[in-house]
Parts: sequence; structure tokens; C-alpha cells
Amino acid sequence: MVTPLLSIEDIHVDVDGNQVIKGLSMEIRKGEVHAIMGRNGAGKSTLAHVLMGHPDYEVTSGSVRFLGRPLEELEVWERARAGMFLSFQYPQAIPGVQVGTFLRKSVQAVRGDDAPSNKELRMEMKKAMEALGVDRSFLARYVNDGFSGGEKKRLEILQMLLLTPELAILDETDSGLDIDTLRTVATGINSVAENSGCLVITHYQRLLDYLKPTHVHVMIDGAIVMTGGPELALEVEEKGYDWLQPTGTTGVLP
Amino acid sequence: MKEQARDAVGDYRFGFHDPENATIRFDSGLSEEVVRNISAIKEEPQWMTDIRVKALHHFFERPMPEWGNSEMLDGIDFESICYFLKSSAGTETSWDEVPDDIKRTFDRLGIPDAEQKWLGGVTAQYESEAVYHSIRDDLEEQGVIFLDMDSGLKEHEDIVKQYFGSVVPYSDNKFSALNTAVWSGGSFLVIPEGVHVEMPVQAYFRINAKNMGQFERTLIIAKAGSSIHYVEGCTAPSYSTESLHSAVVELIAEEGSHIRYSTVQNWSSNVYNLVTKRGVAHKNASIEWVDGNIGSKLTMKYPAVILKGEGAHAEVISVAYAGEGQHQDAGSKVHHLAPRTTSRILSKSISKNGGRSSYRGMVQVSPKAHGCKVSVVCDALLLDEDSRSDTYPTMEVANNSCGVEHEASVSKVSGDQLFYLMSRGHTEEEAMGMIVNGFFEPFTKELPMEYAVELNRLLEMEMEGSIG
Repeated sequence: MVTPLLSIEDIHVDVDGNQVIKGLSMEIRKGEVHAIMGRNGAGKSTLAHVLMGHPDYEVTSGSVRFLGRPLEELEVWERARAGMFLSFQYPQAIPGVQVGTFLRKSVQAVRGDDAPSNKELRMEMKKAMEALGVDRSFLARYVNDGFSGGEKKRLEILQMLLLTPELAILDETDSGLDIDTLRTVATGINSVAENSGCLVITHYQRLLDYLKPTHVHVMIDGAIVMTGGPELALEVEEKGYDWLQPTGTTGVLP
Repeated sequence: MKEQARDAVGDYRFGFHDPENATIRFDSGLSEEVVRNISAIKEEPQWMTDIRVKALHHFFERPMPEWGNSEMLDGIDFESICYFLKSSAGTETSWDEVPDDIKRTFDRLGIPDAEQKWLGGVTAQYESEAVYHSIRDDLEEQGVIFLDMDSGLKEHEDIVKQYFGSVVPYSDNKFSALNTAVWSGGSFLVIPEGVHVEMPVQAYFRINAKNMGQFERTLIIAKAGSSIHYVEGCTAPSYSTESLHSAVVELIAEEGSHIRYSTVQNWSSNVYNLVTKRGVAHKNASIEWVDGNIGSKLTMKYPAVILKGEGAHAEVISVAYAGEGQHQDAGSKVHHLAPRTTSRILSKSISKNGGRSSYRGMVQVSPKAHGCKVSVVCDALLLDEDSRSDTYPTMEVANNSCGVEHEASVSKVSGDQLFYLMSRGHTEEEAMGMIVNGFFEPFTKELPMEYAVELNRLLEMEMEGSIG
């Protein structure tokens, strides 16, 4: 059997001394699209940040392996170079750094020896930007500086297309998008998903209308309380989260 | 302390030095005899000798400034400095004639290469005097005068006599007095009426000897309707003893002319850099100072513009980078003396590893100056907790028909910015370098491309080994 891209075993995560993830396990293989649904504060974004290596999050127990390697051995940039990509919920502005330069440098850093020549990269950029409906003038703007919410998300997806990740983690990529942008962004994600694994974090079902997840997980209070196929997303959409209380707490039945 | 100083200059790329092969080297120390000897060697007219001597006495009498960084200023040992050092027989017009060791230095600094590619003229000063000088034939044919200052005085005494000290008198401050007393080298540039010099003209200043004082004097006169872009660069070897660079630059922009003066100062961190730069802009003329301070131990420099004629414009864009043991005290002064004059000051500073950067600026609007516009923006970026940034802005506006804007900000590099860039495959140092380059972008984009690339590279090197 092929080694999973990502395998998480019973991790617990602290932020500022508070336990936010309380025992979570999952495996993602190539070609799979996993959706994690849950309310705000359930620990979904924490999971995304932990996987990418944000220094504020501490894994207190359990283990994560990425492409068979223990994740804690890899610095943030090594994770990126090994093929992990995180599409941020709140991408940071880097004033004075042009999008074009940033994309070129990032592609060179992440794809290393396999990076395309400048000319090839320009072609790739052109194609990806057309697919995402991004104007050329984008390249001369400063990274996320003064960008609208939709523009920021398009830039995240543009980066994802160019960085050709093995594992793409998308943190609330759908929040704040109008329906057209959502559809475009979903097309981008689908094109990456063919050759990699995807972990899509969302609290709405609507992105999943376009994405066709292979697995849907529901996360409540730092743990996955239910896993199923695409039908689970629809069920959550219809019934909400209250019927899915974690073990040991009093749930309000529908 | 000395160990620290050496560590601080450890990464400095231009820190190499060549053997000193001086043809004339004065004993260190300053006296009337030293000043008279400099003037005699240069065979100067009596009036210049007289100004030098007057300036020297003013220097002796004038107390050290009590602002800026008094502690560092008081550390200057004027008696240990060599005030005149001549390394070559004369100023050559072909690199082949320049002594080999000196030529090698400028080769390593990339000057002859840059000259061929993108410059309209070059003067290269090594220690006290220019060793190389050239100007493109087409500029010479249009009547552009570009000489080192010593030759300028010899060949155009009447012009020099008229303008020397007219913008920065020796009595302006202690260091302008010192410069006037012992000046040597620098550029003399006159652009005739209506001539637009398309390619930048460059001066490069190199200190090689230990305990050296470099006191170049530059005078640029842009006649009516002309334009020029003058670029200067500066480096020195890293020694554990200190050198002093104290220049005076005077610009005269006649009606409708345009002078842009760009500097990237990258002195090693044993150099005191105390420079007076000032220009006068007449009717509808424009003076731009583009001023980058990366190196030195202490820099105190406030490029100034006197907006004397109606509709004149001043632009001062400066960046300062203060690393370990460095203090960059920089800023600008603009005096609005005439109606409808405009000025824009943009100052950006970065402090790292306990470095200190200060913005010190003054904008004055006189009662007669109706309808002026003033904009001052200063931004500081701190890369760690040990570093420091201060702003000392002064605004004296005596005319209430003016539009005055002032913004100041101090920010820190956020962990989330670094994390974002690292998640795109960049190491922490690379991420920091990108943020720093981005912060300086409004400055870099004003530089000629080659300089901008070089500056970005320098800053990236400054970031190496900077992350704890």
C-alpha cells in the first residue's frame, strides 16, 4: 500500500497553554479530497497552522508524518519545499514586494531544481492567471497590499497552482467570496486535486458543491466526531452541528 | 569593545584594503600649517587659502553639536586623523593609467564595468584626490563641465569663486567648517542652459588607508532649463580604528532646471559620516535628494533644499539601515521661501541588532510663501526588541494658506508575515530580506536599476546570519 501523504495520529495541540486539539487522527492519500467542517472555534484553523508549522502552536502529544517523515523534523520552509501548501484564511500583506517577483522567488524556492525557466514560468503564470480570471496588472501590485478579500483568495489559489503541491491545505478559502469567485477558486482547487491530496477546511457546505470531497469530517471542540462521504456534508448543511456533540458532553438532539 | 567592532564589520563585503602606497601622506593631526600645506600642494589662489584658514579657526572655536549622538561625536579623535593623503601622481582619464593596485580596487567595486554600461561620466576618488575621471564626448561637446573639484578650481576659478560656500558657508556648522578648511577632491559639475544629461553621472568615493579623513567638496550648477542625475557611492575597508568622512555638497538649480542627487553610502562601520548637503532651487526648479545610508558607525546627514523661487520643488527620499553599533541620524530640511513651492519628504529606516536610527527633519514655511504644499512621511521598521528608532520632526509654518501633511509610523516585522513567507518555501532570513527590501521599495525604485539591484543584494546580505 502506498504511504499516505499525511498521517496524523492522535495529536493534542496547545495554544497559549490551552488545549485546542484534543486527540485527532486522519490519513490523506494522493487523489483524495478531505473536507473538515465545523463551527468557528472548533480547532479547524489550528490544525491547518499546526501542519504548516506556525510557531505559536505546540503539539504536546501524538505524531504527524508528511510523506513518511516526522513533521517535527521539518522547518516551515522545508515543509513547503517538500510539497505542503497552505492557502491562508487571512493572507498577509507584504508591502513593497511585487506579486510577480514574489511568485517567481517562491516557485524557485519550492520547486528547486525542477523550477521552470523564467520564460516557462511566464507561460505557466499566464495560463494560471487566465484560468483564475486574474488580470496581468496583478503582477505589479504589492503582495496582498490593499487587496479585496476575493483578490487575496485568488492570489492564494494562483500560488497553489504554481507551487504544484503534494498536499494542499485550504483554510476557509471560501469565506467572503461571491459565487462567481467561489466557482473559479473551486476550479483551481479541482485541477490541483487530481495529482495531490487536499485538506479543505470550511464551515459552509457551499464550496463542497463544487469540490466533490472523497471524505468529510466533522470537527467539534478539538476532535473529529464523525467521518463520512460527501453525503455527510449535506446532512450537516441540513441539520446543523448540534446533533453531533462530542462524546461525554450533553448534546441537544434535533 | 574592539572585538565587538570587528565582529560588527565581519560581514562587510567591501572591507578589503590594499597596501598603502602613498605618494604624499601628511602626519596625523590638524593645524594651520596642515591647511596651508594642502592649499600649497594644490597651488591654489590666495583667496582659497584664506577661506581655508578662516574656516579652520571657526572649526576650532565652534563647539561640538550637542544634539544627534554627542557621545559618539565626542569619541572622534581629530588628532589621530590624517587630513591629506595622495596615492597617485594625478587624475587619469584612462583606467590603464591608474596605478594597478588602485585600479584593482575599483574593478572589484565594479566601477569601470558600470561606466561602460550606463554612465555618462565617472570620477573615482581614492583617499584625498580623484584618481580617474572621464566624461562622454557627447556631453563634453554640449558644454557640460564635469571635473574633480581641484581641477574645477584650476580651470574655472571664476565660477568656483562665485559659488563656493554660497549655499553652505563654512560657518554653517562645525563639520562644514572642517570640510572648508581641509577639502580635497569631490566633483565640479556645470550643465549649460537647456542641456538634458540623459545618462547618470557617477562619483565613487573610496577610503583605503587607516585613520583617514576624506573631505570631498562637490558643487553642481544646473543652468536654466537643464537637467542632471548625479549618483555617488562610498565604501571603505573595515578597520578597528576610525576614519572620518565629512563632505560638503552644494547644488544650485537655476530657473526650470532639475537636479537629482542619489547616494548609496555603504561605509564600513568604523567610519564617521558627517556630511552637509544643501541645494538652492530657483523659480520652477526642482531638486531631489535620494539618499541611502546603509553603512558607517555614525551618520549625521540632513540633505536640505532652499526653495527660493516661486513654484520650486524639493523631494527628499531617504532610507537608513542601522545594524549593530550603528547610529543613523538622518532626515531632511526644507525651507519654503517663495509662494507655491512644494516639498515631499519620505524617510524610511530599519533598525536591527541594537542599531539606532533617528529621523530628524525640519520644514520651514516663511510668511511670504503662500500656497505651499508640504508632505512629510517617516516610517520606521524595527527588526527586534533591542533596536531603537526615534523621530524629531520640526515644522515651522508661518503662512496659513499652506497644505501640510505629516505622517509617522513605527512598526515591527510581524511573526505572521514571516510565517506567511516561510510557508512559501523561504527561510526565515530570506523572508526577513524580502520584508526589508519591500519596506525600502519606495526608495529603491527611484534609483538607477543597477544601483537598486545592488542595494537589494546588500540588504539581503545584511539579513544573513541575523536570525537568532
